[in-house]
Amino acid sequence: MRITCPYCGARDAQEFSYLGAADPVRPDGMAAAEAAMADYVYLRDNPAGPHRELWYHGSGCRSWLIVTRDTRTHAISAVEPAKVRKAGEAA
Amino acid sequence: MSAQPFRLASGGLIDRSQALSFRFDGKSYGGHAGDTLASALLANGVRLVGRSFKYHRPRGILSAGPEEPNALVELRSGARREPNTRATVAELFDGLEAVSQNRWPSLAFDLLSLNGLFSPALVAGFYYKTFMWPASFWEKLYEPLIRRAAGLGRAAGAEDPDHYEKAFAFCDLLVIGGGPAGLAAALAAGRTGARVILCDEDFRLGGRLLAEKREIDGRPVAEWLAAALAELESLPDVRLMPRTTVFGLYDHGTYGAVERVSDHLPQPQPHQPRQRAWRIQAKRAILAAGALERPIVFPGNDTPGVMLAGAARTYANRYGVLPGRETVLFTAGDDGWATARDIAAAGGKVAAIVDARADADPARKALADRLGARLFAGGVVERARGGRQLDQVTIRDASGATHALACDLLAVSNGWNPTLHLTSHQNGKPVWDEEIHCFVPGTLPAGLAVAGSAAGRFTLATALEDGARLAREALGDLGLSVAAAGPVPAADDEPCGLKPLWRVTGGKGPVFPGKAFVDFQNDVTDADVELAAREGFRPVEHLKRYTTLGMATDQGKTSNLSGLAIMAEQTGRTIPQAGTTTFRPPYTPVAIGALGGHHRGKAFRPVRLAPTHGWSSEQGAVFVETGQWLRAQYYPKPGETDWLATVNREVLAVRETVGICDVSTLGKIDIQGADAAAFLERVYINGWKALPVGKARYGLMLREDGFVMDDGTTSRLGEHHFLMTTTTANAGKVMQHLEFCHQVLWPDLDVGMVSVSEQWAQVTVAGPKARKTLRGVVDPEHDLSNEAFPYLAARAVTVGGGIPARLFRISFSGELAYELAVPAGYGDAMMRALMQAGAPFGITPYGTEALGVLRIEKGHVAGNELSGQTTARDLGLGKMMSSKKDYVGRLMANRAALNEPERPSFVGFKPVDRRERLRAGAHFIGVGKAATMANDEGYMTSVAHSPHLNHWIGLGLIRGGSARIGEQVRAYDPVRGGDILVEICSPVFLDPEGARLHG
Repeated sequence: MRITCPYCGARDAQEFSYLGAADPVRPDGMAAAEAAMADYVYLRDNPAGPHRELWYHGSGCRSWLIVTRDTRTHAISAVEPAKVRKAGEAA
Repeated sequence: MSAQPFRLASGGLIDRSQALSFRFDGKSYGGHAGDTLASALLANGVRLVGRSFKYHRPRGILSAGPEEPNALVELRSGARREPNTRATVAELFDGLEAVSQNRWPSLAFDLLSLNGLFSPALVAGFYYKTFMWPASFWEKLYEPLIRRAAGLGRAAGAEDPDHYEKAFAFCDLLVIGGGPAGLAAALAAGRTGARVILCDEDFRLGGRLLAEKREIDGRPVAEWLAAALAELESLPDVRLMPRTTVFGLYDHGTYGAVERVSDHLPQPQPHQPRQRAWRIQAKRAILAAGALERPIVFPGNDTPGVMLAGAARTYANRYGVLPGRETVLFTAGDDGWATARDIAAAGGKVAAIVDARADADPARKALADRLGARLFAGGVVERARGGRQLDQVTIRDASGATHALACDLLAVSNGWNPTLHLTSHQNGKPVWDEEIHCFVPGTLPAGLAVAGSAAGRFTLATALEDGARLAREALGDLGLSVAAAGPVPAADDEPCGLKPLWRVTGGKGPVFPGKAFVDFQNDVTDADVELAAREGFRPVEHLKRYTTLGMATDQGKTSNLSGLAIMAEQTGRTIPQAGTTTFRPPYTPVAIGALGGHHRGKAFRPVRLAPTHGWSSEQGAVFVETGQWLRAQYYPKPGETDWLATVNREVLAVRETVGICDVSTLGKIDIQGADAAAFLERVYINGWKALPVGKARYGLMLREDGFVMDDGTTSRLGEHHFLMTTTTANAGKVMQHLEFCHQVLWPDLDVGMVSVSEQWAQVTVAGPKARKTLRGVVDPEHDLSNEAFPYLAARAVTVGGGIPARLFRISFSGELAYELAVPAGYGDAMMRALMQAGAPFGITPYGTEALGVLRIEKGHVAGNELSGQTTARDLGLGKMMSSKKDYVGRLMANRAALNEPERPSFVGFKPVDRRERLRAGAHFIGVGKAATMANDEGYMTSVAHSPHLNHWIGLGLIRGGSARIGEQVRAYDPVRGGDILVEICSPVFLDPEGARLHG
């Protein structure tokens, strides 16, 4: 697999590590109910199709990236830096 | 060395000036450079080359390529012995040694061929039917028996002495296959200046051009080929890679290939790998892998001397070997006729041509007459006989009359299957083409086009056209100019009519019915397929697993379609209804060694050395692997025969005078920014905003699920500047976590971080004389007194006359202790300077063992306790958890179940009988209770022999924890036979008030 890092260009997937779904937003630990945090920590969808997910370019620029990958074909339709998103903002 | 009785006097692409000698089953033979083992064996008249997997039937050479199911040998000897090597692709070299497989005691006389007589017990599904009962017999009786009787070759049983490597390549166009289509593609693309890689599994480029007597552009193929290769070699951006099999197609234009760098040599040249695994990144690729010929299923079709017609032609034309003196051709199409023609041209006698097609084309009749061959139009070969060597075939003519004909070669032709394997590596399903009677590529992976025979376009002219056209299209797609692509090579179309014939029935006699093989390598017969159909194993995936059809190392290259065709016939369906075959990587077997490359043994992963490693080695340190790092474990002195004696001495030196220990391997992360303190607040459970500049603090971080992730000290070097340390093992993980927290969770925080683990050499100076030792190293303007540089002070200093350094007064040992950090390049000098400064006090280097003893005596947690299953409260650190702020893991750590008082928590242990040794990993069981899982109360995480207390001490997690101090429990260790009474105590065994620390 190849991932086109917005900073480094197309790179082999070996340079990256996978985390999981990019869309769950961490609730504020002071305000949220325990159940909401449990959902954030444990509950994930398992879609067959486009999936926005977090990858870390650990052997490159150390960016966390949001990669939109089709789980059926591995086709990657978008790669964006995670950092652009503002805290607490839904993706 | 004997003569080569079947070698033609001239012709072929072998170098007759280079005589090579080789051994097969201990006997010496001669061959030439350019031979394969198979062609050399045939030249010497060796027909019987192996015994079959299940029935130990005599087997010969079926093919001349990678699809070979029969001629599998053990190549080389000793540690280089390689089983299941296909003789048809093994390039001959001088001194080659090969041994046949699956025979006992000898190839000619095999006792286990009696398996054939018991064959009713060995039919499809025999594993499931025969060896069912009793279960205990499987391991002791059935399995060893089957393994001896049925089997493949023997692995070397010794470490592979050769090297393998991995390499990467990038190109605009990857051309897979160096036959006419591939060459036309590479020429067209190469002339434009595009970056082209051409791979072919053969040692000689040319594909079928090497085996055919044809013309291209009005010149004989050999001449055209030489010119084409010379032109390709002259193009600077074309890389020709013979001996390289593209074995897999992966996501996003990544191709896996293995280059056999040294397989054609007795052993690799110095500093050369045996094989090289390539990862080729191609913007576009053209699959021009050609096609594989199909056999026909009839009784005795595995007799040595029955050969694919295309292969027979290859041996005659390419290798100058007459594959038989008396040939019968059995063909279902036009292509087989070329074999009859070429064998006759080479001086062989063609006794008969059996063309299963009833229509008697006058041109074919004329050719048969010219060759002096009897023509059986509409006839079939219903049986081949001869045991170890074909001597007779039974032909049934169109009228049904049978004719026995003597012959020593039966060339069989039933059309070709496109080598479309790579097109299905991404789930592409081949589709059946009714016109040409074969599966052709279906949906293609992005970036891949298929040319020539691999696409079912079988003639030479179409192959050349396809290659040139698809190369232009690929470059056009990439926006590259194709103006310079040059003319398309031209050739005449040859006839390629075909009416496939999958099997011949009716040839089985009543007494010795004879076996008709579908899968030669796994010994699957047509009767097995029929049985599977009768018993309901009809879907292709069931058929495959029930009969093992197509599951041998050849992956059914010559057998899958015959199997499907017979299943279709049995169930009244068409072939595509019966199923398709899906291929997965690798196309042909790839040695694990090639995939592993240099990453094996000690080189499996990188070894990291601390900046003080050289000095530690000089001191005679024994090193231990901690992750990738080699750390000094202890420093034995002459006369110390026991590691424990060494460690005791090192520990006592720290407690009594001073010791030094490298801690450079700890992770060090430099964190800066206006929000650096706010950031630390969110990643650590404790508070950071109030930490003064110039101070260090112990910090604990959790995962979001509430369990402890890591710990370490973090120092505030400036208002907006912190230096975090992590444990050695978690340095990378914590860095990734911090980047996640910043970039994903809180991107609005103004903070940045970088790992400086390798930029600083850091050493612990611990013991009552630590300050005095440091005084000799740190420049005099820095006041090190307890008042000026108190416990937890952390400041920049200079050493050795102006060298920048950082000094931290932190302690893992409980002693007066400092960590001194200097730029990594000064690490070695720092150790030597400290040793000199501490010499008057008897300064002692200590390693990770003593470090462990010192921390266990003080009850500090480390990796054993930070197991990923412990919470801050479990470790007695619950009070650090701030309630005033949010931090990673806060809410989840407060879950009720994680706060049950019964959860195992952190305490110390000592043996009731102080002479007893403790063992980490021992489980705690109540006194008088049975040692069962239900009674398990926790386990010992760390143990040490305390020289200070002169007995073993331990740390561990036990239900109820500190509430049970004073109680006795069993420390039960069945693995090492331990079961002793221990007393639960405080985890701090030494100086609980911390008087030493603040000294």
